[in-house]
Amino acid sequence: MKKSVLFGLVTAAIFSTNVQADTLEDVKKAGMLKCGVSTGLAGFSQKDEKGNWSGLDVDVCRGVAAAVLGDASKVSYKPLTAKERFTALQSGEIDILSRNTTWTATRDTSLGLNFAGVVYYDGAGFMVNKKLGIDSALKLDGAAACIQAGTSTELAIADYFRENNMKYKVVTFETSDQTRSGFESGRCDFLVSDQSQLYSLRIGLKDPEGAVVLPEVISKEPLGPVVRQGDDKWFNIVKWSLNAMIEGEFQGVTSANADEMAKSGKPGQKRLLGSEGDLGEKLGLSADWAHQIIKQVGNYSESFERNVGMGSALKISRGLNAQWNKGGILYSPAMR
Amino acid sequence: MQTNKSKNSSATPKAAFYNRAEVRSVIFQVIVFLGLAYFFYTIYNNTMTNMEARGIRTGFGFMSQPAGFDILLSLIPFEATDSYGRTFFVGLLNTLLVSAISIVFATLLGFLVGVSRLSSNWLVAKVATVFVETFRNIPLLLQIFFWYFAVLATLPGVRDSISVADSIFVNVRGLSVPKIVWSDGASIVFYALLAAIAGAFFLSRWARKRQENTGQPFPTLWATLGLIIGLPLLTFLIAGSPASVEVPKLEGFGFKGGMTLIPELVALTVALSVYTAAFIAEAVRAGVQSVSHGQVEAAAALGLPHAKVLRFVTIPQALRVIVPPLNSQYQNLIKNSSLAMAIGYPDLVAVFMGSTLNQVGQAVEIVFMTMMVYLLINLTLSMFMNWYNARIKLVER
Repeated sequence: MKKSVLFGLVTAAIFSTNVQADTLEDVKKAGMLKCGVSTGLAGFSQKDEKGNWSGLDVDVCRGVAAAVLGDASKVSYKPLTAKERFTALQSGEIDILSRNTTWTATRDTSLGLNFAGVVYYDGAGFMVNKKLGIDSALKLDGAAACIQAGTSTELAIADYFRENNMKYKVVTFETSDQTRSGFESGRCDFLVSDQSQLYSLRIGLKDPEGAVVLPEVISKEPLGPVVRQGDDKWFNIVKWSLNAMIEGEFQGVTSANADEMAKSGKPGQKRLLGSEGDLGEKLGLSADWAHQIIKQVGNYSESFERNVGMGSALKISRGLNAQWNKGGILYSPAMR
Repeated sequence: MQTNKSKNSSATPKAAFYNRAEVRSVIFQVIVFLGLAYFFYTIYNNTMTNMEARGIRTGFGFMSQPAGFDILLSLIPFEATDSYGRTFFVGLLNTLLVSAISIVFATLLGFLVGVSRLSSNWLVAKVATVFVETFRNIPLLLQIFFWYFAVLATLPGVRDSISVADSIFVNVRGLSVPKIVWSDGASIVFYALLAAIAGAFFLSRWARKRQENTGQPFPTLWATLGLIIGLPLLTFLIAGSPASVEVPKLEGFGFKGGMTLIPELVALTVALSVYTAAFIAEAVRAGVQSVSHGQVEAAAALGLPHAKVLRFVTIPQALRVIVPPLNSQYQNLIKNSSLAMAIGYPDLVAVFMGSTLNQVGQAVEIVFMTMMVYLLINLTLSMFMNWYNARIKLVER
């Protein structure tokens, strides 16, 4: 798979002369949205026994598919490791990368990619074996860390230990499953990853109770969907599809009441759902684009609770990811 | 005939300049070369233009930027503040390390198994056959996973380490052994070692000459071994033992002091050695079987003992058949070492094409560099093996 990704990039770089991309047209023509996801991360993107993908990141793709194609199920998922993800997007193998990817300045400016927003405000943290009896990351001097290769966490942990004048050993694995196996076997004392992933990895342990997540959050890890640079139309569609979900929660529009609100809602709700105004047309989509997103996928709150929140095994509280008027920092720009 | 031909050539007018064979061949070579050069230039140019148009950073400027991440194992001093360029060398050295160790073990094991397959002892021959057929036919990646996740990961944790004499510890983090710390005046021991190696070299040359001239054998192996071990040891004692031993101690999260052999290196070395040894064993068997039986019988008839028959008759002739496939196996091993990434051993692919590539994002440059490095390593190895092959091949007198 990796080879094909690299090969794809190289051939794309070598032979294509047309750089004027129109992803919207391509997606419509194919009738399918190609979405890059993780190789399996509970709550964000994971496949069940029947081969159906679910998760918060998956819902972003489903939302875009609903907006563009009118059907949230028209998504083909491409599982990617942390290392493969950007190359897959650059080479056009996927239309959108929605794979718990941290928005950093370097990535935004040097990879030929654009981050279309934040779907989950995260931060790197630590998971340790309960037996060690450690309650703070500052007591980890001299410990060994398991970490996944090609993540921004690799940099965050180096910074953290340097800042605090502590030493550590790092064992870098390729996938998050291998990282977990390494932690489980005792190869390392603690596992570093985004906090959300720690919870997700923890429930995958043989003995979830034997591990604790430390309170320290050592970095900013805003996770969001990514698209190729130079296709602003597509960039807008992804950005506003995500905003529609956030705005949907803010306006109180849910998958259950969307149809009704479109007819008899407040002006803001009607504008969002496309029964008033022409937002859809301006985006190059049908008038009911956001209506389809919310009806088929749900608003942000529905997706959050179903995948990572109280309705899921992860039981992560909203925290930073609550609406701005409810103690969080989730804020959609004005839908008008 | 002779006259006929000369007559003919003088009769026909001289061929036009562009029709002459030697001129034509040069012209066509120049055309092909220009065509190829243009082809590669177009590829390069298109790549650069397209990447620029897509807003992807290009060039090798990143090499001097600080890396910002740490690496498990480094043969040269490395810190997170060092450059991406240095991560390249850290990864390269780790690749060379695991390849070199594995080549040595694979060769020893391969020869042993290959010869064992031809043993007249039924059990030994069958065990060797089972070894070859098992390890040759299971994908290498699975074998690496097996050694790492199924064998080494089941070792006890740090606090329950298996200890030998309270100085050697085995646990899931690896093997911790005491380290020799050289103090002042220890350099004389190293000079003694160098002198001993030089002495051994000249001694064995003298012994070979004497045997060729007089037929008198000399116990070269034991003499050189004694020299190489004895001389430095003697110097060490005379110099007043200028060294101390640092025993690993359990402190905090792990063992401090001493040397630690990490399980990633062990698992990868074992997997690569065993897998490649299975192929080498077959090459060795083919080589030994290629030596005609008459030679062995003739040597035995001369009264040479079995060991000497092997050493002076069979092996030198078998090597001619063994070395070319051995070369391929070594190259395969070096390339296969790039599977290191799967178990977290920081080789060139894991560090440079892994962490560095992802932090920098310049796939084309980094992948190109990595491919060139493997090509260069293997070409160098190939040159050496070809030289060796030329040296041992049949010299006809």
